[in-house]
Amino acid sequence: MAEAHPVGFQYVVEAKNRGAKIIHVDPRFTRTSALADEFVAVRAGADIAFLGGVINYILSNEKDFREYVVAYTNASMLVSEEFQDTEDLDGLFSGYDTELNVYDQTSWQYAGQRAEGQEEDEAHADRETASGLEQESHGPPIPADVPRDLTLRDPRCVYQILKRHYARYTPEVVEQVCGVPQDAFLSVCEAWTSNSGRERTTALVYSVGWTQHSVGVQYIRTGAIIQLLLGNMGRPGGGVMALRGHASIQGSTDIPTLFNLLPGYLPMPHHQQHETFRDWVDAIRNPEQKGFWANAEAYAVSLLKAYWGDAATEDNDWGYGWLPRLTGDHGTYQQVLDMIDGKIKGYFLLGQNPAVGSAHGKAQRLGMANLDWLVVRDLFMIESATFWKDGPEVATGEIIPAECRTEVFFMPAASHAEKEGTFTQTQRMLQWREKAVDPPGDCRSELWFFYHLGRRLRERLAGSTLDRDQGLLNLTWDYPLHGDEPSGEDVLREINGYTTADRELVPGFASLKADGSTACGCWIYSGVFKDGVNQAARRKPGREQDWVAREWGWAWPADRRTLYNRASADPEGRPWSERKKYVWWDPDKGEWTGYDVPDFEKNKPPSYRPPEGATGVAAISGDDAFIMQGDGKGWLYAPSGLIDGPLPTHYEPVESAVANPLYGQQANPTRKRYDRADNPMNPSQSAVYPYVFSTSRLTEHHTAGGMSRQLAYLSELQPEMFVEVSPQLAAERGLEHLGWATIVTARAAIEARVMVTDRLRPLRIDGRVVHQLWLPYHWGNEGLVTGDSANDLIGITLDPNVLIQESKVGTCDIRPGRRPTGPALIAFVNDYRKRADGSQ
Amino acid sequence: MGANSLYGPLDPAPDAGYVDAPPRMGFFTDTSVCIGCKACEVACKEWNGVPDDGFNLLGHSYDNTGGLSANSWRAVAFIEQPAVVPAGPVDALAEAAAGRSDALAEAGCGGAGTTREPEFLGMPGTDLPGRTPDAPRTDFRWLMMSNVCKHCTHAGCLDVCPTGALFRTEFGTVVVQEDVCNGCGYCIPACPYGVIDQRKDDGRAWKCTLCYDRIGDGLTPACAQACPTQSIQYGELDELRARAAERVEKLKDQGARLYGHDPDDGVGGDGAFFLLLDEPEVYGLPPDPIVATRDLPAMWKRAGLAGLAMAAAVAVSFLGGRR
Repeated sequence: MAEAHPVGFQYVVEAKNRGAKIIHVDPRFTRTSALADEFVAVRAGADIAFLGGVINYILSNEKDFREYVVAYTNASMLVSEEFQDTEDLDGLFSGYDTELNVYDQTSWQYAGQRAEGQEEDEAHADRETASGLEQESHGPPIPADVPRDLTLRDPRCVYQILKRHYARYTPEVVEQVCGVPQDAFLSVCEAWTSNSGRERTTALVYSVGWTQHSVGVQYIRTGAIIQLLLGNMGRPGGGVMALRGHASIQGSTDIPTLFNLLPGYLPMPHHQQHETFRDWVDAIRNPEQKGFWANAEAYAVSLLKAYWGDAATEDNDWGYGWLPRLTGDHGTYQQVLDMIDGKIKGYFLLGQNPAVGSAHGKAQRLGMANLDWLVVRDLFMIESATFWKDGPEVATGEIIPAECRTEVFFMPAASHAEKEGTFTQTQRMLQWREKAVDPPGDCRSELWFFYHLGRRLRERLAGSTLDRDQGLLNLTWDYPLHGDEPSGEDVLREINGYTTADRELVPGFASLKADGSTACGCWIYSGVFKDGVNQAARRKPGREQDWVAREWGWAWPADRRTLYNRASADPEGRPWSERKKYVWWDPDKGEWTGYDVPDFEKNKPPSYRPPEGATGVAAISGDDAFIMQGDGKGWLYAPSGLIDGPLPTHYEPVESAVANPLYGQQANPTRKRYDRADNPMNPSQSAVYPYVFSTSRLTEHHTAGGMSRQLAYLSELQPEMFVEVSPQLAAERGLEHLGWATIVTARAAIEARVMVTDRLRPLRIDGRVVHQLWLPYHWGNEGLVTGDSANDLIGITLDPNVLIQESKVGTCDIRPGRRPTGPALIAFVNDYRKRADGSQ
Repeated sequence: MGANSLYGPLDPAPDAGYVDAPPRMGFFTDTSVCIGCKACEVACKEWNGVPDDGFNLLGHSYDNTGGLSANSWRAVAFIEQPAVVPAGPVDALAEAAAGRSDALAEAGCGGAGTTREPEFLGMPGTDLPGRTPDAPRTDFRWLMMSNVCKHCTHAGCLDVCPTGALFRTEFGTVVVQEDVCNGCGYCIPACPYGVIDQRKDDGRAWKCTLCYDRIGDGLTPACAQACPTQSIQYGELDELRARAAERVEKLKDQGARLYGHDPDDGVGGDGAFFLLLDEPEVYGLPPDPIVATRDLPAMWKRAGLAGLAMAAAVAVSFLGGRR
């Protein structure tokens, strides 16, 4: 955190100065560890084993916050008799289909709900379309009225299943799998549990490298299970927070730059699953289900009204037919492979530098070299714009500049200080940004670019009667211009939503209608322009208001600073403790009140119990704190919605130095694979690639370096690509401090200067010594300081739920000296590969 | 010129002739909360228009600035201190740990064996700071410190400057006027900390101004403004000293000590002082800096005496000659 988020880390330092104990768990000793009271070295890729050990510690010592767990989680729900755990099946759950490598999830359901489960082909389609992403703001479908055992003793209840599942994650096993000494591990458990409960809460903060694993979603799930067991969700000082890699990464999923989502986590229609408007809407709102998604039709219709205005009518299903359809996996990695195969003709890159920043750099560059056209919008001339003449493949002869068919259009972009707009940070808070200066020269904002691109395309297509052009021609594209620039505030008003009759701004998403009388660009952001005021621009200093500081910026949904804050009160609606008082029921006034906007119907008393057969909001009971979940409960166990299993399970990374010490199943069986000759994976436990490597960021540079390697003041601080190795590994491989080393995987060989440091240490895993090495990934061949790119080393294997790449752990070899150049480099990598394959 | 002007405690601005001088301003750099982000270095360069210092990987942990120079007025030192007794997981790695000291030595780290007994050879140490096994510690430690000009009470650089380019400000800080400096370079050996430095291409001397052009307007110096963890604190020196005394008391058991805070030290105390977690040498700071002009009065006195003695001898010899 100190390394990549130094500004946010000031609060950790402040806490430390007030007496907090800081524990840092990481494969390598970083700037964060330097300030921590305790540093716990862990093997990269073994986090579920570590966190599973924490769960086991909580359950076997009964350290869970029992009242919270019984009331607000699904601990008491009974699971189908047919469910079989990884304990029974050596690392697989019941329902595994060996042909499609997915699960028939029917047996994972709650008892008595058999018909609801997802079958293999649906699970397969969900993996292709990363449908797990839709669940950012709500749970997957699940019926209400599940049998429960409030004593938590029934062997089929979630609590007991959880207990059995994690029973083998003992401190001894954690030591064996993660290389963490038992006393260090127990000290983490002790600190976490003793700082949770009625009087205290613990926040779990992770950085997004945690997600970049073939079991990435399950990493976060494991953290969430712990936070639920300890009662740390929906309460002040609790939660699970992702530190993002850039400003507004949260914003880029809320109003997505993702292939499978529309604004507000509405799914992009799938050509088979959502043939009609009704199919699509019912898939979102699940008519039988309880919870706030029941109103999804209003959000969907309002979005289509925002897109197509008067052209969207009830008769044409609000223009649903004009929305593009998914036909399968259109994720960034599939697209790159499709480019290599010649299936994609054009590509836009907006502030993204995949030639350096994405896994398997060579595939990225070869893909982009096989397009008709490529538009790159960036602040500087980055590697993704010059790969065709300066990239590593030019040296090896794989790209011949004179023959490269891609026409590259470079469009200079305005920086964040040169345009207005919002950033949405990890707390879901939108903060308005003023424009400080005009962009230089031809640099323009994204808003300018897309407005004028849309305008020109519409002019070109004017009068077309082709069906495929109607979606574009019917768009409302009437943004008022200031000079030639549309106004960011006007766009924010459209996002807030308005009545179509008289364009009055709506006060929030509860006012959205399914009859076409409202339009709204993103329902979860509705209210950001409440009362005609740009709420995101509020900047009342914290010292002038209470500690929740609600007059700074605006948080979705409905300006709630903490989600599910009904859980900050006990089932009867009283604060769990005076110290952690946040939102509570006021019986005199008959309403929920507190420091934050209650995340609950204002006048629904804690004692409310839904009538038989109720659906939607009416089915939410007075103690169902997790109101967006189909059963109103926080999920310790996920009966549906996850492709790789209802409970997080330790699988080894796809490229691992060791055999899975816990199960016969080595790696995530449902991971998304791309088995192609140009995407080879290192065999696990290969003597040819014996070392574990991880990559991450340095404070001095920004991601793929496009914004930092061009600046002398940053470049001089970290001027060269390097690799960090322990003194032991240096001795084993004959590496010299500041000398050169070559790092090799099945994809690539790169060179780096050697940093021998005690900040890396070998670990003893399952009886043998495992060496880890570490690489920053900031360098490429453009800029003031250049070097080989660490992401070239990484292959493409993805998490099945959200299609994120496994880029934080892999295996490699390292040897002293510089790498070969020219065609000899290819031969060098191939030779390694042959040796690895031969030794299998 | 007061009796103490070249040595001992005093308030430098009034001593320099300022009437109604504002309180003395300075930096307190608390290294115990430094996270080594180098925002201070970048903010300093941005504000002061200091050129880059070259793109060189130095191999001194994450320090690629290499200390203070004409082109680096803030410089963050990084010191890696291995555990003296190998602890934790390394314990289990007897076979690997055995190769530890050799590995470091082979790797060119100058690593001292962590298990080897120290043997004094009467030579200056070649070990990296903190690698010596004299301070037992069970955990690896990574120290970071943002170094800066000390703005001494008795500033050697200022004392020797023949052009008046270096001057004492009303805030008690020491600033070079770039349009007056003639590049004679006298100030460079005069600094007991090795701070002030000549810029290669223009020959003039450059160093931290404590953002003289900001503090006059009531602004915080760029480095302190950018520091995210308040490792660099700017303020009235008296208040900073009080704050530091509290802080050092709190961190006593971590080996905290103050450096440059004492008006009775060899430079009359620093306007920019530090809280360190180890000996000053570990951070590359001189343990007992003394202003080069400290002995000037005594030297003049001796020179005067010598002159008198010589004059007397001459007189005597002439007297003798007449005989």
